[in-house]
Amino acid sequence: MAFDSTSSYIATDALKQAVDAAVTLERPLLIKGEPGTGKTLLAEELAATLDTRLLTWHIKSSTKAAQGLYEYDAVSRLRDSQLGIEGVENVANYIKPGKLWEAFTQDARVVLLIDEIDKADIEFPNDLLQELDRMEFHVFETGETIKAKHRPIIVITSNNEKELPDAFLRRCFFHYIEFPDRETMQAIVDVHFPDIAPKLVGEALEVFFELRDAPGLKKKPSTSELVDWLKLLMGDELAREALYQRDPVKAIPPLAGALVKNEQDTQLLQRLAFMLRRQGR
Amino acid sequence: MFIGLFETLKRAGVPVSLRELLDLHAVVERGVVFADMQAFYQVARTVMVKDERYFDRFDRAFAAWFEGLENLDATIEALIPDDWLRREFEKQLSEEEKAQIASLGGLEKLIETFKQRLEEQQERHAGGNKWIGTGGTSPFGAYGYNPEGIRVGQDGSRHRRAVKVWDERRFRDYDDSLELGTRNIKMALRRLRKFARQGAAEEFDVVATIRETARDAGLLNVQMRPERHNAVKVLLFLDVGGSMDDHIRVCEELFSAARSEFKHLVPYYFHNCLYEGVWRQNARRHGERIPTMDVLHTYGADYQVVIVGDAAMSPYEITHPGGSVEHFNDESGGLWLKRLVDTFPHLAWLNPMPPRAWEFTHSTRLIRELIDDRMYPMTLEGLENAMRELAK
Repeated sequence: MAFDSTSSYIATDALKQAVDAAVTLERPLLIKGEPGTGKTLLAEELAATLDTRLLTWHIKSSTKAAQGLYEYDAVSRLRDSQLGIEGVENVANYIKPGKLWEAFTQDARVVLLIDEIDKADIEFPNDLLQELDRMEFHVFETGETIKAKHRPIIVITSNNEKELPDAFLRRCFFHYIEFPDRETMQAIVDVHFPDIAPKLVGEALEVFFELRDAPGLKKKPSTSELVDWLKLLMGDELAREALYQRDPVKAIPPLAGALVKNEQDTQLLQRLAFMLRRQGR
Repeated sequence: MFIGLFETLKRAGVPVSLRELLDLHAVVERGVVFADMQAFYQVARTVMVKDERYFDRFDRAFAAWFEGLENLDATIEALIPDDWLRREFEKQLSEEEKAQIASLGGLEKLIETFKQRLEEQQERHAGGNKWIGTGGTSPFGAYGYNPEGIRVGQDGSRHRRAVKVWDERRFRDYDDSLELGTRNIKMALRRLRKFARQGAAEEFDVVATIRETARDAGLLNVQMRPERHNAVKVLLFLDVGGSMDDHIRVCEELFSAARSEFKHLVPYYFHNCLYEGVWRQNARRHGERIPTMDVLHTYGADYQVVIVGDAAMSPYEITHPGGSVEHFNDESGGLWLKRLVDTFPHLAWLNPMPPRAWEFTHSTRLIRELIDDRMYPMTLEGLENAMRELAK
C-alpha cells in the first residue's frame, strides 16, 4: 500500500517515493530537514496509513544503543537477593525489553520511530548496525536470540547535530525534507485549517515568507511555527485586523512571538522596522 | 543497467558503494518506479545519496548521465563559488568601469541585472541547445562568466519537466567543498563542538557507594555521579585589515557563530602576522593592545588555537625584525608564530583562500612550514580536517 498525503499531512512526491522505496526493500529510512518540517509527524502518519502501531524511541544524549535492545537490572537483582525475594534465581525476571525488542516481537508489522538519533553519542548508530541489518540480536544473560517476527518499518530522524557514520548510512535510505514552497505550504495550511478565510492565509503566508527572507535571522520560522501562529490569529480578531492593515512601517507582524523564538531575532526585526520607517520618511 | 550512472556518480565525488547500486536495481526490479523519469530521479537520490551535502553533486552527475555528456569534469570545473567569482570580477574592473557600475546602481544591482538577463536568455532559448554565455550580445559579455556555467542551457531537452528539477540545483548550499556561507557555518561549528562532546552519562561512584552501603548496614545502595564536564577551550586569532578585507565578512560570520557554541572562547585580532601585540576589540586596535607574551602565559596548553588568516603577506614580515607594515617590530613575526606553536600543541590555521593559491605565495609556504602544515581551507571539508587535527 502506497504512502500518500493524508487528511492531516502533506507529502511531496519525492517523500512518497522515498517512503515507498524504504517500505518495499524493508530498509530504515533516515529523514533529515529543518526543525519543524514534520519529520516526526511522518512516522505517525505512516503508521496511520498502514494501519499499524507506532513505537517511538526518543533518543537523548544519555541514551545507549543497548537500552533499545534490553536492560539487565543487576542492582535490583542484588538487592532482591539480599532481601531474599522470590524469583531472584531467574535472570529473565530482571531483563527489561527495550523498544527494538518490543518492535521485533510484535505479532504484526509495526512502524518504529527512532527520533532524533543525532542527540545520542557518536558511537550510538554504530552499535545498532547489526540489529538494523539482520533485525535480530542476542541476549547474553539468557542465551536467547530475539529475531523479528515481522521486520518493522524503521523511520529515523536527525537534526544534523552530529555526523552519522558511513557504515550506518549505507544501511539506510535517505530523504531530506526541504522547506515547503508556497504552494505546498498552502496545501499544508488547508489541511490543518479547512475553514480558514483565504484572505487570512494569503496575508499570513505573505508575511511568513517575507520573514523567512529577512537577513540574519538566527532561527527561521518553520511550518510548525506557522501553524501555531495561524491558530493564534484565528482566535484573535484584533491581531487579524492588524495583519490586514499591515502597514510597512510596522515590520513586526502581530503576535510575532509565535514565529520568532529568540530575543536577538526580535531585536533584529525591530531594527529592520526602524530602518523601514526611516526610508519611508 | 545503471552502471553508467554509478560510474558517473563516482567520478563526480558522490560516495557510493556497490551496495547502493544493488539497492537501486532492487528498487527498480520491485517496481517502485516505472517509466517515470522524475520518480526515478527521486528514488535514485533516496537510495544512493545518504547526505544532503552530496545532493548537488548528485544533481550534476545525474544531469550529465542523463544527457550522456562525456565532459563531466568540465561540468564540475564550471562550478565556481559565487563569492570567488565576485572577487575576481571586481578585480578585473578598470576605474571607468567602476564608475559605470556606480551609475548603474552599484555592483549588487549589476550582478542582479546580470542574473536576470541570464534567466531571460534561458527562457528565450528554451527550444534550442545552445550554451548560455556564448551568445555575446549582452553588455556583460566581457565578463561573461556564469557561476552556473554551462549548466544553465540544458532546459530545452525533450524531457523538460524531468530535467528541470535537477537543473535547479537547489542543494548547492549543502555541498561541503564550497566556501562557508551562513547556512553551513553553523554545521561547521557543530563539528568543532563534536570533538569535545560532553557526555551527560553518569559514572559509578565507588567511594560514595561504599559509604552509603555501610550506612544502610550492608544493604547495597548504588551511587552515581555525573561525569566531569570537559568544555572546549578555544583561542581564536583573526587576521584583520589589509589583504584580509576580501574575507572579513566570512571571518566575522565564523566568529559570531563561534560565540554561541563555546563557553571558553577568547578571540584576538592581529594584522597580517602575529607580533608582540594583539587586540581584543577590532574597533580599538590602537588603544588597547595586549602583549602577546601575556596571552601566551595566560592560557594553558589545553587551549586549542584556531588562526584565521590568508597568510598572504610580504615574506619579510615573517623572516625579519622590522618587517611589519604597520610598526617597527623588534622580533620577527616568524619567531612569534613559533612561540605560539610551542605553547599550544593543538593548533590549526584556517585559510579562506582556495588551496590552489597557496603554492604561489611565498609567505603561505613559510607559514605552513612554521605550523607543521596544519593549514586548512575554509570549507566544511577543510574545517572538519582542522577539527580532527585539533582533537588529536
